[in-house]
Amino acid sequence: MSLPHQLINNRKIATHESKAVTLVLITVALSYLLLFLGIPLFAVFYEALGKGWTLYWAALQDPDAWSAIELTLIAAAIAVPANLVFGVAAAWAIAKFEFRGKSVLITLIDLPFAVSPVVSGLIYVLLFGAQGWFGPWLQEHDIKLIFAVPGIVLVTIFVTFPFIARELIPLMQAQGKDEEEAAISLGASGWQTFWRVTVPNIKWGLLYGVILCNARAMGEFGAVSVVSGHIRGMTNTIPLHVEILYNEYNFVAAFSVASLLALLALVTLFAKSIVEYKVKDNGDRHPHGETE
Amino acid sequence: MAQFKAHSVLPGFNLALGFTLLYLSLIVLIPLSSLFFKTATLGWGGFWEVTTGERVLASLRVTFFASFAAAVLNAIFGLVVAWVLVRYTFPGKRLVDALVDLPFALPTAVAGITLAMLYAPNGWIGHYFAEHDIKIAYTPLGIVVALTFIGLPFVVRTVQPVLADVEAEIEEAAASLGASRWDVFRRVIFPSIYPALLTGFALAFARSIGEYGSVIFIAGNMPFISEIAPLLIVSKLEQYDYAGATAIALLMLIISFILLLAINGLQWWSNRREIR
Repeated sequence: MSLPHQLINNRKIATHESKAVTLVLITVALSYLLLFLGIPLFAVFYEALGKGWTLYWAALQDPDAWSAIELTLIAAAIAVPANLVFGVAAAWAIAKFEFRGKSVLITLIDLPFAVSPVVSGLIYVLLFGAQGWFGPWLQEHDIKLIFAVPGIVLVTIFVTFPFIARELIPLMQAQGKDEEEAAISLGASGWQTFWRVTVPNIKWGLLYGVILCNARAMGEFGAVSVVSGHIRGMTNTIPLHVEILYNEYNFVAAFSVASLLALLALVTLFAKSIVEYKVKDNGDRHPHGETE
Repeated sequence: MAQFKAHSVLPGFNLALGFTLLYLSLIVLIPLSSLFFKTATLGWGGFWEVTTGERVLASLRVTFFASFAAAVLNAIFGLVVAWVLVRYTFPGKRLVDALVDLPFALPTAVAGITLAMLYAPNGWIGHYFAEHDIKIAYTPLGIVVALTFIGLPFVVRTVQPVLADVEAEIEEAAASLGASRWDVFRRVIFPSIYPALLTGFALAFARSIGEYGSVIFIAGNMPFISEIAPLLIVSKLEQYDYAGATAIALLMLIISFILLLAINGLQWWSNRREIR
């Protein structure tokens, strides 16, 4: 009698969790995220602003803070475009052509992600430091790369090297080359094809890569720390300035400057969500294949 | 000899590949090769002596155990988070979903000082533990906390898409054959997300091995107890022991390369299973 009803009930029991289990799982997940993400994020701003706006502004108006901000912007302004050009070139070669050794090339492009930030800094010291390969030559010509701005820019390029390429390669591989071939056979030049066909197709993936690349470029700590020499007002980036202030027990100033980076992180997350949403909206293929 | 490149009507191959290889060599390959050449000046004996030094071994042990513990924590809770984000709806879900990527976006130094402050004995979270005589900041437990933060997105982001792809029909079929919800999870859902879970675990572990910025503030950096391997590289550099620093760096590079290969293998396995 009650058999059909019971069957439906059983099926529901087996395809959905009970209310209680659902509630417990949601509570566990949210508590975990609150403990490890929510509270730390809130704490940065609380520590920065807890002693009032006056101290907050004072920390940000410090000349050393300003020169750190300037250097961080310079490093990102060079590293991101450099890796953008590289990412597009690499993705064009890998996605639009068939050649031998392609998978090895893709693995090599990913290499900087497998290297510890500290090691990333170390290899540039080994090349350009006083005792490095090019050290004596550089000293003769009075060029300083390590413990100076160029070294910081170089390691920033290294640690952000794969970001844009690894967004573009799968995206352009998924899109194939039919559209470009059609454009070429209709008489378009190579550059015309690139700007009018390829770029509009990859623009969101490109932007996505640029956002992630920029966040890492501005926030890198370990690698930059090794090559910077920590000269205040000269070779300090924002993360290094945070470290110095913190080690001096100047916590309000440290968290004030850190709050700039936390703000950058929030902007990055927001921009990332917008781009992901846009990609979904366009019915485009997302670089990670999360949509279709 | 077989042709290096298949014929194509598209232009720009030589320019694009040429630039890619040049840039890759200048920025990545040549600098990385300096590790091998510098270590070669030590010889095998010297390399062995540095990397089996007691302090180095202790730092590797600390790094590995803390990374492993953090990756295990993230595998367990990351799975729950991925499950909740894929299967349930609740207010603010999109916000929570976006927040999961915070450790990718927040600079490690900021994470480091914030976690150190929170878990210090007089910190917001640390003082609850201090009441029970448990110290977190400035002990190996602090390292685990920092690495858990750093590795949090990996498991969630690798499991999420795979979990979303598990077809409801299969679950319904299992259910109609009399399986309980727990059976369905254990026998149907878990086997299909298991490779992704393992990949996420390995990614989080690999990332943790090399992590520096978030750890040094909370670790206390006591030699033999809470000193991680990347920090040892930095302190050897500060003492101008370039060869010693390089030997440890090379060892770590080899370890991360092995992990990278393992991860690629896992991903290949996972993709193959998905196709079947």
